[in-house]
Amino acid sequence: MEAVVDLDAALFEGLCRLGDSTLVLGHRVSEWCGHAPVLEEDIALANMALDLIGQTQLWLGLAGEVEGKGRDADALAFRRDVWEFRNLLLVERPNGDFGQTLMRQFLFDAWHQPMLKALEGSNDARIAEIAAKAGREVAYHLERSADLVIRLGDGTEESHKRMQTALDKLWPYTGEMLTSDETDRALAEAGIMAAPDSIRPTWESLVGEVLDEATLTAPEGAYLHKGGKQGTHSEHLGHMLATMQWLQRAYPDATW
Amino acid sequence: MSGEWPLWEIFIRGQHGLNHRHVGSLHAPDAEMAVKHARDVYTRRNEGVSIWVVRSAAITASSPSEKGPLFEPSNSKVYRHPTFFDIPEDVGKM
Repeated sequence: MEAVVDLDAALFEGLCRLGDSTLVLGHRVSEWCGHAPVLEEDIALANMALDLIGQTQLWLGLAGEVEGKGRDADALAFRRDVWEFRNLLLVERPNGDFGQTLMRQFLFDAWHQPMLKALEGSNDARIAEIAAKAGREVAYHLERSADLVIRLGDGTEESHKRMQTALDKLWPYTGEMLTSDETDRALAEAGIMAAPDSIRPTWESLVGEVLDEATLTAPEGAYLHKGGKQGTHSEHLGHMLATMQWLQRAYPDATW
Repeated sequence: MSGEWPLWEIFIRGQHGLNHRHVGSLHAPDAEMAVKHARDVYTRRNEGVSIWVVRSAAITASSPSEKGPLFEPSNSKVYRHPTFFDIPEDVGKM
């Protein structure tokens, strides 16, 4: 009986990891709205942000259901504090310049797409269903971000320099999504979620291919940060949440 | 920056339509990116199943100043409309 309870807690945790990562990245990408270098990119970024927020509603909605304490997706998104967030550190990195935003997106998409593919095989039908729906959106995200990373990496001297700088800055935050902890392993053994380390070969070959074509070089032996999915965040997330949550904090239960 | 990118005309075939229809234009560095931008700008509400893009510069347009000679002569030729036939009842709506 106790094992079942533990697995439910692990599932809640696992769903928050997915939902918080899409939420935080979605919010970050939405910060570009009205500020992107060209109109066409502005709309493309806003579309992607909305895709991610939509996926968040599904993941956190299910998380609330699994938790069974009456919290819905909104309650989880707007009424938790920073240490309760389980997103990857990579997605809370500030936008930086357009190159840095794109590189962050690509490094995440290259993990997100194969992860969703694997989650389609979950023995929990609710997870498989969300993964299939999100997978179609994310396939396009990946196609787009990979293409732009190649174009800008293998572009002008200036764009190459910016993309390489972005890669150097963000690379240390890529280890976490490819490393499994106890929660990940418990969920994988139960056939509910895919273990992050099982995504590593696909991620490495995909990222390697794209970086090669983009004439960019991944830094070697960089220190890899971890802790985001256990709730230890950088100082950036708190500031982001202050912006994202202020309305529900100041006017609880406010609606349109 | 956007000034350096050429202009593209976008044609989209709707879910139920037969023809690609002109929906607008946008800037993009090349055809492939124009298709991606068109997807993001013009198919957000499920408008299409197929996209064509063509460089605006590749379109040859009729000149507005020739409007008279080009189009007015057909104004007075009502017999060009197939409205002089009796359509049998059982054909239904045409």
